[in-house]
Amino acid sequence: MRPPSPSIPEKEFLFAALKQSLRLDGRLPLELRTPTLTFGPELGWVECALGKTRVLAQVDAKMVKPPPERPFEGMITIHSEISPMASTDYEVGRPSEEEVTVTRMLDKVLRRSDAIDKESLCILAGQRVWHLRLTLNFLSDAGNMLDCACIAGIVALKHFRRPEVEVIGDEVTVHSPLERAPVPLAIHHTPFCFTFAFYSDAETAPILDPSQLEQRLSAGILSIALNAQKELCVLQKLGVLRLVDVAVTKAKDLHGLVETRIQEDWLERKVEVR
Amino acid sequence: MTTVLPGESVSAQHVNLKLGPGLLQLSTNTTDAGSTIVSTRAGDLQHSANRSKWWVENNSRRYIPAAQESVIGAVVQRLGESFRVDIGTAQFASLDGLAFEGATKRNKPNLKVGSLVYARVSLAHKDMEPELECFDAQTRKTEGFGELKGGFVVRCSLKMCRDLLDPKHFLLPLLGGRFPLEAAVGMNGRVWVNAKEVKQIIAISRCIEAVDSDGGGMDVVGVKKLLDSLDA
Repeated sequence: MRPPSPSIPEKEFLFAALKQSLRLDGRLPLELRTPTLTFGPELGWVECALGKTRVLAQVDAKMVKPPPERPFEGMITIHSEISPMASTDYEVGRPSEEEVTVTRMLDKVLRRSDAIDKESLCILAGQRVWHLRLTLNFLSDAGNMLDCACIAGIVALKHFRRPEVEVIGDEVTVHSPLERAPVPLAIHHTPFCFTFAFYSDAETAPILDPSQLEQRLSAGILSIALNAQKELCVLQKLGVLRLVDVAVTKAKDLHGLVETRIQEDWLERKVEVR
Repeated sequence: MTTVLPGESVSAQHVNLKLGPGLLQLSTNTTDAGSTIVSTRAGDLQHSANRSKWWVENNSRRYIPAAQESVIGAVVQRLGESFRVDIGTAQFASLDGLAFEGATKRNKPNLKVGSLVYARVSLAHKDMEPELECFDAQTRKTEGFGELKGGFVVRCSLKMCRDLLDPKHFLLPLLGGRFPLEAAVGMNGRVWVNAKEVKQIIAISRCIEAVDSDGGGMDVVGVKKLLDSLDA
């Protein structure tokens, strides 16, 4: 059943409110919902909540034989299917428009941007490399699942530790986490995604981190993914320049928050380094 | 106050037994066993003082239609004689074009796709699509049903809607004391509100979401503080 579009009173009210720069949940137009990060029992398990939108990310690693055309690099695959658990608007099996956008964006942000150093995932050239699998579960959709998924994904990759391997000649020894402390992944930079919603009325300013109703009624969406230093991928729309500055500032803040949370969680875990 | 799970049998005996929401009477085939009462929801089992009325009290967000309940729906399709209305149930409900006060074949209401209506569920069975009517059952007059223009719809849990309909609940009188407002409460988890200014409507919507037990269950003091901070 296709989701019914919002009713006329809801539409008119939202446009009237946005014209006065008032948002329904009381946020400022360029205010982001503070993300809450919860780390799980395993390394590489993290749930990110942006208000009521929740996404769960898990990282798993296994050793495989690399394809012959790329013998020196590891592999990363991202699985992100939106199930009806997120909202009754999504169906199993048939990828909705939102799901296609989210999958493509996550692919560009996490894989093609070379956030993870793939060559460091190589164990024995041509024979054994690490295959990282990032699985994203969309638990609840209250608007802007894309940003939430990006945060969850990159934090999971930062949180994950792979087992240490020793290569002597042609012999590969994998040490279990109980023998030797697992090793973090080599991450070049931490990208974050910011989504802005635009409306057809020229006087209405764009808003950051739209809620579900704001997203449904928007005329256009612009998602910018960048890290604390540079820009990665931009979906073109109007009035871009001022927003890029806003996104740069927010990326710095978010970077600080993520580092603090990972540090806090790391201090709670008992790790023996021999 | 016992807690029951769906499928549990309940011992409710009375001469004039009336079963409320959440309880179902199953008649078994054997003649001597009689019929058993089972609960269909998870919640607290409650009964009236003289033990003639029994029901299960629970909270959820998904609406299951029941007859005689007032709901708020959005028109999704216009068919020849009727309208298809979304009331949040698994299937869309049907609202007949003649189910309005003073409607004749020549004079039917002109509801556009996307308009909101306040209607009463006239027929609801578990295997059929629900049917709605826009007039009171006994008087056949509008009595507040019909199209809702302007304003905004707030979503909340079903228990919150039941509380808002209770005249002893604090929220609507408290808000009404600060500024004039209109509200139509639907039993399907939707509340339509209207006030003069956008700021006031946003304040009402945030208060309803704050007082809802899903959003934290704020009390009178908290709501007063929230309203002061919003300056409404």
